[in-house]
Amino acid sequence: MGKYIFRMALQIVPVLFLISLIVFVLVHITGDPVNLMLPETATEADREALRAAWGLDRPLYEQYATFLGNVVQGNFGTSFHYGEEALPLVLERLPASFELAAASMLIAVVLAVPLGIISAVKRNTVLDLLISGLAVIGKAMPNFWMGIMLILIFSVQLGYFPVSGRGGLEHLALPAFTLGVGLAAQMTRLIRSNMLEILNQDYIRTARSKGLVEAIVVGKHALRNGMIPVVTIMGLQFTSLIGGTLVTETVFAWPGLGQLLVTAINTRDMAIVQAAVFIIAITVIITNLITDLIYRLLDPRIKYNS
Amino acid sequence: MSRELEPAAAGDMLLKDGIAARRPGYRQLLRQLWKSKTGTVGAIIVLATVIVAVFAPLIATHDPAALDPLLRLKPPSWMDGGSDAHLLGTDNLGRDIFSRLVYGARVSLIVGIGAVAVSGLMGAVLGLLAGYYDRWISMIIMRTADAFLAIPSILLMLVVLAVVGPGLTTLIFVIGLTNWVSYARVVRGEVLSVKERDFVKAARSVGARSGRIMLRHILPNVVSSFIVLSGLNVATTILMEASLSFLGLGIKPPDVSWGGMLSDGRQYIATSWWVAALPGAAITVTVLGVIFLGDWLRDVLDPRMKTKD
Repeated sequence: MGKYIFRMALQIVPVLFLISLIVFVLVHITGDPVNLMLPETATEADREALRAAWGLDRPLYEQYATFLGNVVQGNFGTSFHYGEEALPLVLERLPASFELAAASMLIAVVLAVPLGIISAVKRNTVLDLLISGLAVIGKAMPNFWMGIMLILIFSVQLGYFPVSGRGGLEHLALPAFTLGVGLAAQMTRLIRSNMLEILNQDYIRTARSKGLVEAIVVGKHALRNGMIPVVTIMGLQFTSLIGGTLVTETVFAWPGLGQLLVTAINTRDMAIVQAAVFIIAITVIITNLITDLIYRLLDPRIKYNS
Repeated sequence: MSRELEPAAAGDMLLKDGIAARRPGYRQLLRQLWKSKTGTVGAIIVLATVIVAVFAPLIATHDPAALDPLLRLKPPSWMDGGSDAHLLGTDNLGRDIFSRLVYGARVSLIVGIGAVAVSGLMGAVLGLLAGYYDRWISMIIMRTADAFLAIPSILLMLVVLAVVGPGLTTLIFVIGLTNWVSYARVVRGEVLSVKERDFVKAARSVGARSGRIMLRHILPNVVSSFIVLSGLNVATTILMEASLSFLGLGIKPPDVSWGGMLSDGRQYIATSWWVAALPGAAITVTVLGVIFLGDWLRDVLDPRMKTKD
């Protein structure tokens, strides 16, 4: 298994390479990158200094090499907006985003798994239609709209929760719920179809024909197999989670990486944009790897090197 | 030159994967649509949205960009303080919300359809290349596809928009750029399966140009999958555009976008909730309609893809 992890870890390198290439090309394709990294009020002397420091008068491939060298050392440049180095700024926002992401995933799973199972077991009944209907509406609703409506109802009118910011649980509740419900809407459908497939399998029919109580058929036999893909489903939702985090953090002024990135894009602070994109990409890759690993561990039918 | 069964007009027999299938005629299609309640609802919503978008100048009551600071933040007509002049009230700059909703439909549909067209075209071309020129090119294209899937699409879009700057055409291309993979896969699969068929080999051996044969046989089989894929893609595209505009990276004023309206209305949520609530409702209803219609189309066109029901 160690060999497997090592091999998967090796795959990170080319992907990161590709990402660095994309970022580099994008930044350099649209005119003078110096303009992107400095505010408009910068003087010509500042621009010259930056050009020299980044070697922007050199041929492109040399620039790319310098860029890569800088990246490997963790140097993404200095944010002109905050006046500090980009990478530490980005890293210090990570815990807040993780907190939001984890809480949202928890809510999503707590909602989607039972609802998905119930809706599969009670297929085509009123309950199923209700749950599926809510899931579709949740999917069609923009999550920032839901966030704003929740703020309106629960913060402004009822006063149960604070409107924005990070703090205790009461600050986490609304943002996590907003993001979680959106995820749950997508997951419920997947879990439902997954359970339906399982319930149609022969071994379930065998269990039923043996005279077992339905509760045991579902609770013991179907569930055990049904739970394995939940991990994969959670992994698949991760990219939605990131996108959702970006927007939710903006709505609730949650001080995470998403909000930093959005602000940086609006102010053309490319140093932060580069650093943030990198960190997010690494997170996605690592999460995919971990999900893959957990899935293989859970399902004894799959071997490590297949 | 071998003469194949031409992809016939509606109602004739089609050979697809060796199974004879009847392509439903138009009247039959409408009857089937009526049978599916969600499909009908979806079709009505989508049709209504298209009509509103196309006839926007006739339906809107005001110029969506017309400012009127004296009448700012007026509530909808059925509430206290509302007037019949502004059916759904006004926003923080005094602009008529109803008219802005109407013009916003235009933007949503243009971006939605435009982006899907871009994805479809890109996917079709890349899929054809990957299927036809097997091995090297195929591998490069498919690996790139995997890389695209691994990166959260919104991230990719944000970076491109950050560098290139927002705008309608940019938006269409950027969103379209992130969704090409499924189309490419479908086309590539079809190309690969057609390539191996005996009549293609036979035709080639006689000297017929395989390119033309392949196109004639790939296209009809691919159309229904494309329609099914596009259904869901239009829905996600509309949501993406709304999110990007909400974040300030999509449609910029004076163009109207539902996402942008939401962003404007956010600060006034405590006092004038309708400024934010109404555009959000518009997005939700439209996307719901598209999803319903898309699901129905999938059930009709490609029963193999139908999820367990």
